[in-house]
Amino acid sequence: MLIYSQPLELTKLLAAIDNFLQGNLTPGWTVLVKGILVGILILAAYTLIALSLIYIERKVAAFFQARLGPNRLGKYGVIQSLADMIKILIKEVIQINKADKLLFYAAPFFVIVASVLAFGALPFGMNLHALDFNIGVFYLLAVSSLGIIGILLAGWSSNNKYSMIGAMRSGAQFISYELSAGFSLMTIVVLSGSMQFSEIIEGQRYCWNLFNGHLPAMIAFLIYLISGHAETNRGPFDLPEAESELTAGYHTEYSGLQFGFFYLSEYLNMFIVAAVAATVFLGGWMPVQIKGWEAFNQVMWYIPSWAWFFGKAGLLMFFSLWVRWSFPRLRIDLLLNLEWKYLLPINLANLLVMVVIVLSGFTLTDLFPALFGK
Amino acid sequence: MKFIQYIGGIFTALRSLAGGMIVTWKELLTPKVTMEYPENRKTLVISDRWRSELIMPHDENNEHACTACGICMINCPNGTIQVTSSSIDTEDGKKKKILDKHLWDYGSCTFCNLCVITCPSDAIIFNNDFEGAVFDKSKLLHRLNHEGSKLRDRKKEASTLDTSAKKENKEA
Repeated sequence: MLIYSQPLELTKLLAAIDNFLQGNLTPGWTVLVKGILVGILILAAYTLIALSLIYIERKVAAFFQARLGPNRLGKYGVIQSLADMIKILIKEVIQINKADKLLFYAAPFFVIVASVLAFGALPFGMNLHALDFNIGVFYLLAVSSLGIIGILLAGWSSNNKYSMIGAMRSGAQFISYELSAGFSLMTIVVLSGSMQFSEIIEGQRYCWNLFNGHLPAMIAFLIYLISGHAETNRGPFDLPEAESELTAGYHTEYSGLQFGFFYLSEYLNMFIVAAVAATVFLGGWMPVQIKGWEAFNQVMWYIPSWAWFFGKAGLLMFFSLWVRWSFPRLRIDLLLNLEWKYLLPINLANLLVMVVIVLSGFTLTDLFPALFGK
Repeated sequence: MKFIQYIGGIFTALRSLAGGMIVTWKELLTPKVTMEYPENRKTLVISDRWRSELIMPHDENNEHACTACGICMINCPNGTIQVTSSSIDTEDGKKKKILDKHLWDYGSCTFCNLCVITCPSDAIIFNNDFEGAVFDKSKLLHRLNHEGSKLRDRKKEASTLDTSAKKENKEA
């Protein structure tokens, strides 16, 4: 295999930093400093991505409603969400008299910690991966489902019936759809034969999993997108926060920075769902390559891998916004109906079909090794 | 039979969802009608029927058409207009009313247009210059007749018109 020139890749910069640290510090200190640097970078990226997502969401929502959206602060209103952040930071955190104080203050941290943990395990690009677990998919599913504890705690400790109903709805919805999301990811784990993100991405060098597993993979992709929307309480599944019924759902009583935590994690969860879908189904940070077309592949490699990753995730996020502004909110019984009577049975059958296809060699890489093989 | 309905329902749902998304996609691409106001001042179009500020048009000789009859003041439902006049003696020994001040209060006007409709000499009109906000209440009291302006001499105008018309008739 040819080694392609990758001018915009961050690999060299990372190696230089690594050499510098190792040359000047003892191994223990190197690990510590690197850990702190990675932590700061992840938190900074978290905030930046959430802020830009809030801006993009408002802009896209406006365009779907024949408006212009934020257009006053900066050119086209680009620093609107920065101003909102400053406003939220200087707001008072209001004490609720009859709330369960400890749980009330702990709840937003559960939500944001779960989402930061999931965010930290994403492969952002070539070598831009904080920790490449050999059970990466499993880890991501596990930590992202921690967030629901925070939501239930928030609803319970607020001592407010709207918060409680919102949290209960959210809990029912999250736990139901977590099943579907898990099974659809398992379908792809069966296809790629690994839970490690780096291996899943490497396996999609010439053929994305979405096409490699053709019919069952496409069904799994669709189900993952639906359950991802439902898990993040967005799109037509935003009934835990149905403002016409529940004011704001589980975060009704929160103000200031605590509300900001819920707000940030909601947007970041949307990004995480899109990023996981992009990584697992659409090849992650791997550029589009065609076997044998060396010139074409080289051109594709000139685009850095992180740009591919954010491009694919961005496309899926746009899809999520499109869905959100297209469909009316589901009723709670219809929501659970969709999950338990449709998505889950289809998903189980789909998993079985995928196993049969993989075992009998009907994936595209097995059928056309000359075109798509490794 | 039930199973066929189950499967058919899924495809019907997918088709109708796709239909909905096509509709919103078209909406996304439609040109937006929002006007960004302070930036678009130059191209802003305000309807001619819009009433915002009462003005008394003056011509290039600083002459207006108000005879100070006070009909606008009488017709104003909430006393927004104050017309003060004084009488002078003209050259041919007649007494004549002339306009001193035509005061109009922007703050209490309801823009009902009765003054403009009832004015016998069409001396006042509403323009559509809508940016009337000020920081001081006293600035809302407008004096409509300009400093040193006087009544347009209608007779002179009419006579010149008459003679020209007669000339034209003769020529014909």
